[in-house]
Formats: sequence, C-alpha cells, structure tokens
Amino acid sequence: MTSLPPPAAKKLGLVIDLDTCVGCHACAVACKEWNDGGDFGPLPDKDPYGAEPNGVWFNRVHSYAVEQATPQGTREMTVHFPRSCLHCETPACVTVCPTGASYKRAEDGIVLVDADKCIGCQLCSWACPYGAREYSAQKGTMQKCTLCVDRIYNETLDEADRQPACVMACPTRARHFGDLGDENSPISKLVAERGGYQLMPEFGYQPVNKYLPPRPRRDGCNASASNAPREEKLDAEKLPGVLRWLDRALSR
Amino acid sequence: MRPTFSIILFTVLSGAGYGLWFLIGLALTTLWPHCGPSQRGGSFTFCVYPAALPCGLIVGFALVSAGLLSSLGHLGQPRRAWRALSQWRSSWLSREGVASILTYAPALALIVIEGMRLRSAMQPADLSAPAAGMNLDGWNLALGALLAVGSAATVFCTAHIYASLMPIRAWHNRYVVPGYLLLGLYGGALCLWVLETLPGTWRMRETPGLLVGLVVVATASALLKVFYWRQIDRAPTVSAGHAIGLESLGSVRSFEQPHTEENYLTHEMGFVLARKHSRKLRAIALLAGFLVPALLALLGLAMPATRFAAGWLALVSGMTGVFVERWLFFAEAKHAVMAYYGR
Repeated sequence: MTSLPPPAAKKLGLVIDLDTCVGCHACAVACKEWNDGGDFGPLPDKDPYGAEPNGVWFNRVHSYAVEQATPQGTREMTVHFPRSCLHCETPACVTVCPTGASYKRAEDGIVLVDADKCIGCQLCSWACPYGAREYSAQKGTMQKCTLCVDRIYNETLDEADRQPACVMACPTRARHFGDLGDENSPISKLVAERGGYQLMPEFGYQPVNKYLPPRPRRDGCNASASNAPREEKLDAEKLPGVLRWLDRALSR
Repeated sequence: MRPTFSIILFTVLSGAGYGLWFLIGLALTTLWPHCGPSQRGGSFTFCVYPAALPCGLIVGFALVSAGLLSSLGHLGQPRRAWRALSQWRSSWLSREGVASILTYAPALALIVIEGMRLRSAMQPADLSAPAAGMNLDGWNLALGALLAVGSAATVFCTAHIYASLMPIRAWHNRYVVPGYLLLGLYGGALCLWVLETLPGTWRMRETPGLLVGLVVVATASALLKVFYWRQIDRAPTVSAGHAIGLESLGSVRSFEQPHTEENYLTHEMGFVLARKHSRKLRAIALLAGFLVPALLALLGLAMPATRFAAGWLALVSGMTGVFVERWLFFAEAKHAVMAYYGR
C-alpha cells in the first residue's frame, strides 16, 4: 500500500555529523559494495569499468565551500555532505507510487521499494527533493537506500555489526544509526546536544535523518585571510654552530 | 527535467483524444440527447446527427489509445503496468489509470450504438410503427454525460500527477491543471473541426459555434501559458546553501560533485537546453499553437469555402504548437535536487 502507515513510535534513521565528515567517500563505497557487490561478476552498472561508468549509488558525497565574512576578512570552510535517503515520516515518494511498490514500513519507518512490484515509472524519483532515489536502467526498477535492512536485523551477524554498512565504514564516526523516535536514544541525545537539523523542512516530508552542523571555527584556525606569504620568525642565535654559519652565509 | 518523448506524446495525443471525447459527450448530452436507439416493433430506430460525432468517437479512441500505449514506453517494466491501477487512494498516476480505463466503457458503448445505427440506416425502420418494447431514448444522454465526465476526470488526474510534485516548482503551480484541461479541450476542438469538414451526409449546423469556441479557447490557452511562463520565470530557485541547510553559515558553493561521471539524477533532472532557448521556443508555441489556428478559424467563419483547408492547417499548426508547449513544460522545469549539484 502506498498510503502511509499510522505514525510509528520507532523511527530508525541516520545522524550525519558535518563537523567531522572528511569527505573520504568510504561510506559511499561501503554502501555500493554491500548493495551491489555481493555477487561474483561485474557490478550491475552500465559500462562499470569503462570510460563512462553509470550506475546507482544510494549514497553520494558532495563537497561544498562555505564562504564566511569574519572581522579578519573572508574565510572559506569546507563542508563534505553525504546525501542519501532521509526515510521521511510523510514521504511523497511513497504516496505517488501507483503500484504499491514504494512503501514505508509501519514497524520502524524504513522506506523501501519492492522491486517485484515496481514498474519503473520513475515518478517517485521526481517526487523526492533530496535525490534519494535512482533508477536502474539495467534492472528497469527504482532503487534506494534500505538503511541496510538486511544488516540491521541480520541475526547471522555479530550484534556489533548490525548497523548500516555506511555507518560501519566511516573512519571518523561521522555517521550514527539509531532510533530517532526514542527521545532517550543516544542519537536523539546527540541531535539535541548538537542542534541537529532536517534538510529542506519546508517540503513538509519530515525527514527522519538529521544533520549536525559544523562546530564554530576558532579564530586562530584560519590565518589565510591574506594571500601574501608571511615571514616566519627565526632566532639565529639559538641555532647550532654549523646552521648559524649557514644562515649567515645564505643571508648575505 | 529531461523531456521524455513517450510522455510528451502521451499527454498531447491522449489530451486531444479526451478533449474530442469530451466535446462529443457534451454534444450528445446537450444538442442531441434523444438520438439513442429506441426499440420499435422489434427493430431499433435512431434519429440523425452529424457524421463528425461517430467519426470523432473512433478518432478519439485512436488518439487516447495511442497516447496510453506510448506512455507504457516510458516504463522500465511495462508488463507490470496493470499494477498501476491499484493505488488510487494515494497516487494521481494510479487514479489516471483507473479513470482512463473507466472512460473506455461509455466510449465503447457509444461506438457499438453507432455500429447499430449504421446497420439500421441500411434498412430504414418503419417510423410510423407504434412504439413497443424497450425505450432506450436516454442512452445518449447518459453515455454522453459519462464520456464527458470521464474524459475531463482523466485529464484532470494527468495534470495532477505533475501539479502534485512539490520539488518541481514549474509543475507545482496553479496554472498547470487548468492548462492541461484547456489544452486538451483545444486539441479536441481542432480535431472536431477537421472531422466536420470531411465529406459526409450530415453537416453540423453548429460549425460557426465550434469555430467561435475555438478562437475563445485558443485565446484563453495563450493567455494562460503567458501567465504560467511569467510565474515560473519569477519563481526563486533553490540554492546549494538552502539545500544543505547551512545558509546561515555563509555563501555555499559546490566545488566537487560526488562522481566524475554523470548519473541518473543529473541526466534526468539536469536538462538545460530548453531554458537556454526558452524565449524562441515559447514564441513558436504561441504562434503555431494558438495564433495561427485562431486566425484560420476566423477565416473559416468569414469564408466558409476555405473551411476544409483551413481546418487541416489549423490542426497541423495547432498540434505542433501544443507539442512544443508540452516539450517546454517538461524541459524547462527545474528540479530542486539540482541545487545539491550547484546547477
């Protein structure tokens, strides 16, 4: 059914820390590997190892420069931004689906596509402002982040490994997985503590995933206000004899 | 948005087909409500109405069916298309599918009645015989009304598929639904005019009315499109800073895309060509789509002898213009997701 289930208490999702994300793409690669690399044989992409590979990625990492005006002049801050399905509470991608292939799970809020019912009309990808859904021309169906539903409930894995592949892979722990419907869960506390926010809330889809904004930069960190190379200070008197002679000889 | 040929063809062809069916349904309900079959003394009798109407039923059937078949070409799994009829509670695409199937019922019934009418025309009924058995006078009224309502409802659903998509501001727009309805009606009127000029026994007394209506609908459509284009030009675009929610930190600029190659999103939603040439293409749509057919309709009103040639010219020019308009409707529209790509 593409009608939405009644609001559930459990809202599984991700919290992504834009302060610590270093843009290494490990999450994107781990995601691709878990979801597409499980079989022997080539990736199910178009031209997967050729000059113009084109395939579905559930998670893509963008990089932005944020230009800020400070009393010392303008400075630029880099923000790496992983973008994937936000598992919205009221997602339009689900309600526009004509076949019932696109659905939101009542028990934990995960938004999924039933590949056996999808007719590949692509309307759901048009309905998502976050670009969470990508169509596979090879499979003829729509694909999206499953929140690694095949990992998080997988009893054959160690309990510590029952997390999305992207979360497991992140080397800076910028990605957190948990129940955002539970106010006392660690990630809900993290969101409250760090001022986590929703992406483009004006659409009214109520994304479950939250992003943590970069922490304010300390002023000493960005001395790059002027582009002229600064002169470094050197106390020649403190150098050992040979180097003191070298400094004198080269300074002539 | 990338303009997909199969969808453009679908909305243009089926739009005109439903417009034609709507006009025929309206005519059967208001002008000739008592032309249905009546059973008198064992044989059916029919009254006489213009040949354009039965022809229109068939042409409408062809247009609607060609459009719907073309829309299947857009699907990745067309063999599962029947599943699209299931989610009418939430999905406008599903509602459109259901409405289009339901509208076939009165259309096919009317086509069957036409077949009976043609057969009975071969064997003139005895009109003086006393009425006996079933009286089916109300059929045209009921079936015509159902056809008109079903056609309008289907186009209404088609328009809402696009109008309900908030991330595409050029579609989530109050001009979109009236635009689809009006342009469908316009395409139908152009077809009906041509059908009326075809050699046949029964000419419509109402042709001048149809031509006046055509001029009015063309003018209204052109005005609506001008207002629509004005509004989408004024609509602000989503910035990268807004998309990532860090506008308050400063001005945000994308310096690296996730991948070196294009992907589904940039291919499907990053279509730029139409916005580059929008001025010229809009002028073509207005001129060919509305101005030329309106002038030809006025010519047809002033000089009835020119109606055959004028009608065909108006149809070709008008449908070309509507096709360009529909191409622009898709190709000019910008999707919010492109903000993440800084485009």
